[in-house]
Amino acid sequence: MGYEPQADFGTPQVLSQTSVTLSIDGRAVTVPAGTSLMRAAAECGGSIPSLCATDSLEAFGSCRLCLVEIEGRRGTPASCTTPAEQGMIVHTQTPRLEKLRRGVMELYISDHPLDCLTCSANNDCELQDTAAEVGLRDVRYGYAGDNHLGLGVDRSNPYFDFDPSKCIACSRCVRACDEVQGTFALTMDGRGFATKVSAGQAGDDFLSSECVSCGACVQACPTATLQEKAVKEIGKPERAVVTTCAYCGVGCTFRAEMKGEQLVRMVPWKDGKANHGHSCVKGRFAWGYANHKDRITQPMIRDSIDQPWRVVSWDEALAFTAQRLQEIKAEHGARALGGITSSRCTNEETYLVQKLVRAGFGSNNVDTCARVCHSPTGYGLKQTFGTSAGTQDFDSVMDADVILVIGANPTDAHPVFGSRMKQRLRQGAKLIVIDPRRIDLVRSPHIEAAHHLALQPGTNVAVLTAMAHVIVTEGLADEAFVRQRCDWDEYQDWARFVAEERHAPETLEAVTRVPAADLRAAARLYATGGNGAIYYGLGVTEHSQGSSTVMAIANLAMATGNVGRRGVGVNPLRGQNNVQGSCDMGSFPHELPGYRHISDNATRALFEQDWGVSLDPEPGLRIPNMLDAAVDGSFRALYVQGEDILQSDPNTHHVAAGLAAMDCVIVHDLFLNETANYAHVFLPGSTFLEKTGTFTNAERRIQMVRKVREPANGMADWEVTQALANALGLGWTYTDAAQIMDEIARLTPSFAGVSHTRLEAEGSLQWPVNDAHPDGSPIMHVTSFVRGKGKFVVTDYVPTDERTGPRFPLLLTTGRILSQYNVGAQTRRTGNVVWHEEDVLEMHPTDAENRGLRDGDWARLASRTGETTLRVLVTDRVAPGVVYTTFHHPATQANVVTTEYSDWATNCPEYKVTAVQVSPSNGPSEWQVDYEKQSALARRIEVA
Amino acid sequence: MDQGHLVHMANQIARNLAAQGEDAAVTMMAQHLKDFWDPRMKSAILSVDPVKLDTIAAKAIAQLGAHP
Repeated sequence: MGYEPQADFGTPQVLSQTSVTLSIDGRAVTVPAGTSLMRAAAECGGSIPSLCATDSLEAFGSCRLCLVEIEGRRGTPASCTTPAEQGMIVHTQTPRLEKLRRGVMELYISDHPLDCLTCSANNDCELQDTAAEVGLRDVRYGYAGDNHLGLGVDRSNPYFDFDPSKCIACSRCVRACDEVQGTFALTMDGRGFATKVSAGQAGDDFLSSECVSCGACVQACPTATLQEKAVKEIGKPERAVVTTCAYCGVGCTFRAEMKGEQLVRMVPWKDGKANHGHSCVKGRFAWGYANHKDRITQPMIRDSIDQPWRVVSWDEALAFTAQRLQEIKAEHGARALGGITSSRCTNEETYLVQKLVRAGFGSNNVDTCARVCHSPTGYGLKQTFGTSAGTQDFDSVMDADVILVIGANPTDAHPVFGSRMKQRLRQGAKLIVIDPRRIDLVRSPHIEAAHHLALQPGTNVAVLTAMAHVIVTEGLADEAFVRQRCDWDEYQDWARFVAEERHAPETLEAVTRVPAADLRAAARLYATGGNGAIYYGLGVTEHSQGSSTVMAIANLAMATGNVGRRGVGVNPLRGQNNVQGSCDMGSFPHELPGYRHISDNATRALFEQDWGVSLDPEPGLRIPNMLDAAVDGSFRALYVQGEDILQSDPNTHHVAAGLAAMDCVIVHDLFLNETANYAHVFLPGSTFLEKTGTFTNAERRIQMVRKVREPANGMADWEVTQALANALGLGWTYTDAAQIMDEIARLTPSFAGVSHTRLEAEGSLQWPVNDAHPDGSPIMHVTSFVRGKGKFVVTDYVPTDERTGPRFPLLLTTGRILSQYNVGAQTRRTGNVVWHEEDVLEMHPTDAENRGLRDGDWARLASRTGETTLRVLVTDRVAPGVVYTTFHHPATQANVVTTEYSDWATNCPEYKVTAVQVSPSNGPSEWQVDYEKQSALARRIEVA
Repeated sequence: MDQGHLVHMANQIARNLAAQGEDAAVTMMAQHLKDFWDPRMKSAILSVDPVKLDTIAAKAIAQLGAHP
């Protein structure tokens, strides 16, 4: 498409069962009751001048430009705040209105710089457009009076500037921060002529304020007051392509606004069904990594990891790789080879990697980063509901009455959905937070959790079983739902189990550290407060009982009848952009695409016939098993696409040992990541801006990723995998990603109705999309569960083997923050480092004082597996006895400290519970110093 | 494969399934190993001395050996 701003209807869309018909400027228009006159006019092609209105915000009625005349009524009401009524006759363009509007515009322009030719708005300015629309020719008051033209520009934010001299005090930025983002960082300070937009408190600038840099204010600004620095530097975009964000599992859609091959800005797409025109700092602004100088765009090889890299042609790299793989296969067998698919790559690319491993390598040793995040979701929801997916769409949260957030931090990790959740909470929904940390949701502007159960890390199952105990013993279960939708006998077994006295909140209080009365109150609220919706994240899954916790959550939802309609459900908040898709595409070693077990003869035969090969009927190795087998000598070669297991996986020493033991490690990535230190082949990857395909977000929504410029490395990632497959003699002939999706649809029942053609026409589809669900499935398990009857699974609390003691008396739990993303490979190469340039250790004041540590001090963080050093942040956000850090920076490498303990069912690592000790330090650990040296050596590139 | 590590994994599975009752837990664990463990892992655990295993794990592994 060419460059046109997205249409703005002035006020939000109204959903109403009834409609009204009225006349606007002689045209009959029918709109839902409650629609503003401004929007009604826009919907019939009209345009009413305005400055304070935009359709992402509630009507405000302050600019006095959108006045209209209504027959039979006095005065000139504002069209943005006047609802359309049946039979109304409205005039939007009359001599009287023109005179009024022109007078108002004169006042605006009298205090506005007249620098349109050089203004960074580049003529994309609503003030300029409106002046033209009302026909303003002069300003009777002149320009010499008091004004704001001398106010300085705030350039503190890395991505946008705030120039108050151009501000017209329309308050759109303030309202966007309040209504859309829910941060309330901005305010209109002062009164009358002294009114100005202020970030934070006196003395704050944008960077030091509470602003989270989501960009909602920039998008809402009608002038160049809040303007992207990139637009200032590059100029006005000339075309726009709608695509899908490559950060978290929310799956926001954006308009990539381009000038030639240069990306000018990413603007959230109003029609995006996951984000509805909102964004976060990562998706909106943190795309600079795509152009970063560290990016490797040519293939490289080396015979051994102590040698420097040698840049070679694609042909040489692929021939070298194929020969190594074939030699290893000949000597050690097919099961010595494997691959890791990327949850950052497209469905089509992920599908091809698992196909390469199964059909080309000849093993089922394929896994994905979901192993270390949501594999327990796959196991737990398949056991209880019958399929591995969240039950709701994101919009469903707007019908929730009670929101239970457990082990998730949506405002940091899924910020756009977090904002939507906060909108619902401000409307009055009740909130229960189960988390050892006081996450922002617990108490933020206009939001306060009804209950924060600050449990001891590792006791999720105990807390959920105690909640179930309250629900069952107090007669709060929805037995009618259970009898109709679930296996009644299994329910009764489960109910008897949870009703045992040993599961009472009072009994478990010593284990969970949650006051029994609080837990009882939270359970009662969830069971009786109306629509109850559970949202969970890695604080549920990354435990030794991750799968049990997922099943315990499903049990609670079924027992209270909170499944199968809007406003309820079980909602895993997926970490990466395509972690749902990578799992759907058969990335687990025991499952073919569509979650069908590899041992199922009929399914395997389907793929064997289509692919023309025999498939191994035995499950393959999971990532941690691959590393164990590598150390053991039976696993020798690994193809890793878009994943950095050395930094992201637990017990770095063990990961390094496993990688070092392999004969051939192929890293396919944008950068020489930490895993590449142990690689023999580097295949350069392409960014999401450089390829076409699909991502599937956390609500099972399949959306198009569209190429906006040519790949810097010359090939999209699916083309690289195909080239490798063909170097191995597989003879693949895909000419575009659409053909790959056609194959996926042909072989995967839940994707049977999916194609790129259909996605282009319909925007997105939520699987399953097939004959039973031709238009997709926003909400699952509506009339019956995928498995038939819902299954209650008894989940007993089994303490982790990781125990605190005299040597390691504290519990470390790890997580992520808003501005950085996972291992930081992308965000560390953007302006986002201004908010988080290093990982820090959060520690309670009491624990810090006991160790003589103050805010900002260096501390040694040690566990039984390793140690690192980082700075301390003293905060009561964590409870005494608990410390917290992030894993975004390789210089800290938090996973040197985490252990290999893992979920019993899936081997998902127990990142959330590590016994540690913290002590004062005066600098980096020996390991950090050694690692830095070793990394520098491993990254040498031979000069040609 | 490191037998010690596999023994730990097996015993952990057994402890987490124990609440199902022993008979059911044994059957479920045997099926779990069948469904999710790679052949070399299954082979390695089958050669472990049962005294290192919890009762449920030992019985499940015996069942796996009898019905691979």
